[in-house]
Amino acid sequence: MRARGTALVLAAWLLGMASAIAQPAPDGKRSGFDTMSPRIQAMQRDDQQNPGMLWVADGEVLWNKIFGITFSCAHCHGDAKKTMRGVAAHYPDWDPVEKKPVDLTQRINLCRTRHQLVLPLPPESEEMLGLEAYVAYQSRGMPLAPSAAKELDAPRERGRQQYEQRIGQLNLSCALCHDKLPGHVLAGATIPQGHVNGYPTYRLEWQGMGSLQRRLRNCLSGVRAEPPPFNSTEMIELELYLAARSAGLPLETPAVRP
Amino acid sequence: MARTLIHAPTAARKGEVVEIRTLIAHPMETGYRAGADGRTLARDIIRRFSCRYNGEVVFSADLYPAISANPYLAFNVVADASGSLTFTWEGDNGFAQTESASITVS
Repeated sequence: MRARGTALVLAAWLLGMASAIAQPAPDGKRSGFDTMSPRIQAMQRDDQQNPGMLWVADGEVLWNKIFGITFSCAHCHGDAKKTMRGVAAHYPDWDPVEKKPVDLTQRINLCRTRHQLVLPLPPESEEMLGLEAYVAYQSRGMPLAPSAAKELDAPRERGRQQYEQRIGQLNLSCALCHDKLPGHVLAGATIPQGHVNGYPTYRLEWQGMGSLQRRLRNCLSGVRAEPPPFNSTEMIELELYLAARSAGLPLETPAVRP
Repeated sequence: MARTLIHAPTAARKGEVVEIRTLIAHPMETGYRAGADGRTLARDIIRRFSCRYNGEVVFSADLYPAISANPYLAFNVVADASGSLTFTWEGDNGFAQTESASITVS
């Protein structure tokens, strides 16, 4: 009896371990992490090996840096480890002043122009990637929980239409690859489900950090479509839909991807 | 100053083999790539890394253009005395950076 009890406990423990390793998959969603090679997975797991942590460390310095003659992020928001926990998980969110959806980079820039009274940081600048990575890092491990603001429904729906629209010379839509063919191989690389739970991401192909918008522009020029400019309405609407599509997956920032 | 991440144990037993891991932010521009204007970008790489343990070189490595950006190096050292570990990266355009860590051996 006792042996059986031990065996049961052991089986339960093993099951728990297995699910902890493979990540619980809400409705069959699989993070890009699961389809990477074990070596790249190890690189992401180990904070001493993950090059994205260099940007997180830079972001921490910027968080406490006084910009212009005004004040630092920390003056208002305090310790990011407490106040920014979970924040990145619900972006893009509705901005009641601008009356439009904004993603995390735009939110940081709005904070700069409204409160710090300094110029916005250019997209993909090292400072912006650092700050964004530092803020998103505070939510690492938390499930993506898109904002429930009613105003976001219409732009999110337009994002979904974009996602399903065939575009470019190759006449492909995002959905064709990432909804219908994930797991198949395209030019030697496994097609992932295309989830957005690790941005900004350190991509080995880039030899550096990049935002979700950079990744989207990459994919769009891959199908030979004209990518919309950074922070355009189309980009944010697509980001909104993608965040809803990845809801429930744990945030991995700074993720490492091939 | 480039950002570095160094993992080195602060305490070890005498004779213990300890692992040291270093990561440094550096573009490692190969000198073979073309920039946006079509001109070849000048080479800018780290050429040499060395680790000194109480002044004595215990590990060193030459780096070449094929090594990726933000190079990560991990190596083992036998802990035989308390003291300091200094890490030096040297490279093109006068790049030089030194970081240190201390270790207590009991």
